[in-house]
Amino acid sequence: MWAGVCKNANMKQWSYMAMLVFTLCGSGWLEIVLKTGVLRRFKRATLSIAPISILFLIWDGYAVARGHWFFDRAQILGIYGPFSIPLEEYLFFFVVPLAAILTLEGITTVKPHWRKGEFGE
Amino acid sequence: MIYSDIAIAAFAVSVMADLFLFKNSMLTRAAFWSSYAIILPFQLLTNWWLTSRNIVMYSPDAIMGIRICSAPIEDLLFGFALILSVMGMWEFWGRHGLQRN
Repeated sequence: MWAGVCKNANMKQWSYMAMLVFTLCGSGWLEIVLKTGVLRRFKRATLSIAPISILFLIWDGYAVARGHWFFDRAQILGIYGPFSIPLEEYLFFFVVPLAAILTLEGITTVKPHWRKGEFGE
Repeated sequence: MIYSDIAIAAFAVSVMADLFLFKNSMLTRAAFWSSYAIILPFQLLTNWWLTSRNIVMYSPDAIMGIRICSAPIEDLLFGFALILSVMGMWEFWGRHGLQRN
């Protein structure tokens, strides 16, 4: 079925983006259904994600420059940010950490006793 | 340094920081490991998507060559370091009273 959809070359450009949308949906429902309140705590989420993601993006830029890994131009939108890193890769380092925080908060919403030890208390 | 070196270093630094730098360790908590148990299959699935379709490709010189679900084994170290660090920061800000609830 996917092969049929991909006959359209323009659809194929969304291949990497599809993974990001999948991750966003796969974790985002926790915010709505379990009311994890992660998005409401935007400042805390941003200050948790940004410092780490910047380090990983430096690594990404280095790896791209050295040719450790590279991307199929036919399967990304072709929008590039600084250091020749594709837009999808920048979004990856926002979407994936956010999904991780949503998972952690989702777990502790369902199992409140696992909050024990949180904040060292 | 190639992907293998940096992945191992990132893994080691994140584990060391969690155990010795941050006052409250994530690695000793059930909440972390339960989260990781959920995240890992999704990581393998999304990694498989990105690598089996050659959306992302790796230079054979930059990796050890061992692959799990089509993705280089280094990806597991990279993912673990990323997730542990971000969760550690989330916990750190909570402990400092920033938007606890």
